[in-house]
Amino acid sequence: MEIRVETAPFDPGAETNAFIAAAACAGATVTFTGLVRSRPDAPVEALTLECYPDLASNEIARLATEATTRFALSAVTIIHRYGTLSPGEPIVQVMTAAPHRQAAFSAAEFLMDYLKSEAPFWKKEATSSGEQWVEQRSEDERAKARWSD
Amino acid sequence: MKILYFALFRERLGRGEEDIAPPPEVVTVRDLIGWLRSRDEAADLVFANERLIRAAINARLAKLDSPIAGATTIALLPPMTGG
Repeated sequence: MEIRVETAPFDPGAETNAFIAAAACAGATVTFTGLVRSRPDAPVEALTLECYPDLASNEIARLATEATTRFALSAVTIIHRYGTLSPGEPIVQVMTAAPHRQAAFSAAEFLMDYLKSEAPFWKKEATSSGEQWVEQRSEDERAKARWSD
Repeated sequence: MKILYFALFRERLGRGEEDIAPPPEVVTVRDLIGWLRSRDEAADLVFANERLIRAAINARLAKLDSPIAGATTIALLPPMTGG
């Protein structure tokens, strides 16, 4: 299990290759990479992610441990950036390895659904009309709810 | 104990942290929020809607009815928007 909460950019391809090389015996791996979004009607000039690093490390580790148990993962890596980013840059990468594809897919979705509402990051978008905090989407809360038994 | 504010809360209050010494009747995070609101007009506005407040005690997520006894750091957080 590897958790990284950092300001430095990461190379999604290099991270994926390293994960696959280390998880070679697993059978199946899934990689999700989240990017800074822009909008045609109001282009985003920059996205600043504020973070509470101690809480982020603790909560992401807790979620990764829960996913490992629930989906019987053989490996999991989560990288989440903070600081100021440009449109198109990777923000987050979740990589899961399991004996079969369904567990690897489900675990990656589970982790992203929980990261959205339980990892302490806050997005602020800068557009030509100024800066604004991004509001939580109700879809994100609902996405998380589907995993409750 | 130390209290931390993040994102919108930090901006609206004009500070990211402060040292506080709440009175003994402040038992839970919810009590603490009420106490902060009672002593500061800006905090009263910022923390008016409980549904929009998340909390952490010693860098672990907590509930608003969690007790704060023994805490060294408490954080008040707006809903998260990462990922």
